[in-house]
Amino acid sequence: MTSVDGFSLSINGHNRSVVDAVAGESLLFVLRERLGLAGSKNACEEGECGSCTVRLDGETVCSCLVLAEAAAGREVVTIEGLGSEGDLSDVQQAFLDAGAVQCGFCTPGLLMAVDALLDDDSKPDDLTVREAISGNLCRCTGYGRILDAVDRAAAARQAEATP
Amino acid sequence: MTVVETGARTSVGPRIGENAPRPDGVPKVTGGFAFSSDLHHDRMLWGATLRSPHPAARIGGLDTSPALAIDGVHAVLTHEDVPGSPTFGLEHCDQPVLAGDVVRYEGEPVAVVAADHPDTARRALAAIVVDWQPTEPLVDPALAETADPIHPDGNVIRRIHLRHGDQSAADRDDLVSVEGTYEVGMQDQAFLGPESGMAVPDDDGGVDLYVATQWLHVDRDQVAACLDLPHEKVRLTLAGVGGAFGAREDLSLHVHLCLLALRTGRPVKMSYGREESFHGHVHRHPARMWYRHHATTDGDLVRVEAHLLLDGGAYASSSSAVIANATCFAAGPYMVPSVEIEGVVVRTDNPPCGAMRGFGAVQTCFAHEAQMDRLAAALNMDPVALRLRNALEPGDRLATGQVIAGTLPVAEVIRACAGHPSAALGSDEPMARPGGAGRTADAQHVVRGEAVAVGFKNLMFSEGFDDSSAARCVLHHGVATITCACAEVGQGFVTLARQIAGEVLGVDEVVLAPVETTSIGSAGSTSASRQTWMSGGAVQLACETVRRELLAAVSATHGVSIDDLVLVDGRIVSLAGDLDLSLEELTVERVEAEVVHRHAPTSPLDGDGQGDAHVSFAVSAHRAIVDVDPDLGLVKVVELTTAQDVGRVLHPLQALGQLEGGAAQGVGLAVMEEVQVTNGRIRNASFTDYLIPTALDMPPLEVAALIEQPEPGAPFGAKGIGEPPSISSTAAVAAAVRDATGLALPRVPIRPSDICLGDNALTAEVIA
Repeated sequence: MTSVDGFSLSINGHNRSVVDAVAGESLLFVLRERLGLAGSKNACEEGECGSCTVRLDGETVCSCLVLAEAAAGREVVTIEGLGSEGDLSDVQQAFLDAGAVQCGFCTPGLLMAVDALLDDDSKPDDLTVREAISGNLCRCTGYGRILDAVDRAAAARQAEATP
Repeated sequence: MTVVETGARTSVGPRIGENAPRPDGVPKVTGGFAFSSDLHHDRMLWGATLRSPHPAARIGGLDTSPALAIDGVHAVLTHEDVPGSPTFGLEHCDQPVLAGDVVRYEGEPVAVVAADHPDTARRALAAIVVDWQPTEPLVDPALAETADPIHPDGNVIRRIHLRHGDQSAADRDDLVSVEGTYEVGMQDQAFLGPESGMAVPDDDGGVDLYVATQWLHVDRDQVAACLDLPHEKVRLTLAGVGGAFGAREDLSLHVHLCLLALRTGRPVKMSYGREESFHGHVHRHPARMWYRHHATTDGDLVRVEAHLLLDGGAYASSSSAVIANATCFAAGPYMVPSVEIEGVVVRTDNPPCGAMRGFGAVQTCFAHEAQMDRLAAALNMDPVALRLRNALEPGDRLATGQVIAGTLPVAEVIRACAGHPSAALGSDEPMARPGGAGRTADAQHVVRGEAVAVGFKNLMFSEGFDDSSAARCVLHHGVATITCACAEVGQGFVTLARQIAGEVLGVDEVVLAPVETTSIGSAGSTSASRQTWMSGGAVQLACETVRRELLAAVSATHGVSIDDLVLVDGRIVSLAGDLDLSLEELTVERVEAEVVHRHAPTSPLDGDGQGDAHVSFAVSAHRAIVDVDPDLGLVKVVELTTAQDVGRVLHPLQALGQLEGGAAQGVGLAVMEEVQVTNGRIRNASFTDYLIPTALDMPPLEVAALIEQPEPGAPFGAKGIGEPPSISSTAAVAAAVRDATGLALPRVPIRPSDICLGDNALTAEVIA
């Protein structure tokens, strides 16, 4: 196997060195297996399910399709950067309140997608929401509680924005 | 785990009937929840599996030495390295851990490797030299009975010939009869978290296995037999489960991981990719079903005849129980005095089939509901009225001769569902039309259809199975700790267990102990809609035992009758008001109880498929409204409405989640999902080609009613609710597409070509 020169990634505002990577490793693999950030999930490894969604310079991407080295010099935000216990983001809180979490495997990717959607559009209509999360597969919920969570998060974000 | 408080909740702990927070909710939204694929060990190796590229072949020879020669490869194991039982299986021990002389399906494991990196492991697999000698695969289930056996156990896994009532009941000429042949394709559970786990060897020759599963103890028993180790040396711990839906009831990588860990002396992790996952677990049985219904001109069912042929694939898995369910519930939730059903499940060189949500009842519901619509048309009768006229009631006899002793509100769910006002509107949005934005239908051509379907099945295991769950409750310093081996797979048992303990003991804090095999007995499988009843019942019983013991002690100490004491909000108080004791102080010494909970015993089916084989039943109805583009054959499910028999709602949001999630899988089977198998080979083993519903495909689900008729013997009267939503939803969607198009559509999933080319090949046979 060919190892690559060390490189560093900016993840959730912190610089992280990747020293022992093998050529061809995806951003998802490096996050999960080399940097201990296992919140991004691997459910298809071909960009179909959205479970590995992270934000790269603000855009949502499937981290399984991004070569790890290609993310160097760009801002990576993962689920671990969205909010933590005791300091949940509005979207995370909304998923809990709405009952949108079952097995939870799709949840991190969906949270990243919804967070990005609400950054772009604070009052998305139903079809806009459905389209925005249609790249994120969920097998447990049938999406009903997730759509409710998006409504709750949008309302919370608006309430926050209007003093 | 700690109590997660959300919203306005203050000091009161979880209680029955509330939307209590999931104890795993915060870790799951912050990315901290450890799924089986998130396991990591500093010394770990990566495991990988060599699988057969052929659906049927002899193995002339196998050379692992080129793989072992690769730097970083630590072990390459074959069937010769399995120290114990060479085979495993849920009901029949017929599936090789690693194939020896012969493979019987594409993807069958042949060798496993452990290496320092996933890529090294993949290169090692490629380096193994196998002398494949492909043979002609047996792929047509209709030929399986007469073909040469492909396995020493033969090609018929199980045949049930059910006969109920007067077999000559239809020998008269004043009846209306309808006949049809129906097919259901192979569905995949498509859980999001692929198979994964880690085995860690210990110093005493034993092994710890951390794995995502539905049933720890039965896994443990099978793994131990294959490793030739006593049970106590094989310890299983539940790792975070990314969905299951039946696909984790069988072993997958369990034995392989343990073999590699024991051989290398290192922790070994293995994670399937999506393509491998499609080959690595059982699927829903494809079915071919012939039916003939006979009724009076008034619409009273007289006799139902059916022949059911299920393709079990290469190994038995739970096929025996699936065909029993398909056969027992083949006539639907209707009163039928005369029934003859022949149910057969056979072995082929197709991918193995086994458990999936609905478990045999999904296939027959699709068929019996199509028949009921066909009969209604022949009688010129409203299809809902026909169903109501024949609806089973408590006290009626099933086709198995069993009298329905508990609740079964068939007419109630039908009435609620059919009578619910629809909120479905037409839409000008191209995205909301069949085909969505990519292939937008001509709005002028779109036709709308609507239909109702109803289905039912058994709850829990049947046919005399000794079904039980063990639980322990420890109350210490006012905190309840519950130990139970029930596998949480997403359904929310962790929430219910805390609610039940909180309700019975009146405590605020309920902690759940880790789920593993050494601390408690089996909880049975998280399947068959059984864990709320079985493990929920076990938790209830354990907590009630602790409660009784506490009250008895207080009664004796303070000279107050037990009947005058209540346990509420962390205190024991007397009704007279003269006693008020803190549970925290009363339990400075721990009070504990361990119980094994069983449901009422059942009986095997006799030679005529008769017997009190089932414990309890649940029924649901769905109404589907669809828009169809006949030009392109595309379907948009516009609205689903449901009513379900739930006994009692323990957690409203979780109940809704089960109804919505189950309906989504039903929609998938109706119009999208099929594992396409050609000559034994899966052609669409990816999420690119095997499509499951997205948020754009799923309509809103209207819940017309949750029928709460408490079920005797169930904890708080609550029935399991996981499976019914996936039973009647498929049938309703298919019937709505028939209503829109006027086509017979005897097969699901309905493909575009079935619609725009007029119908498929089965139609001619059905009409003939």
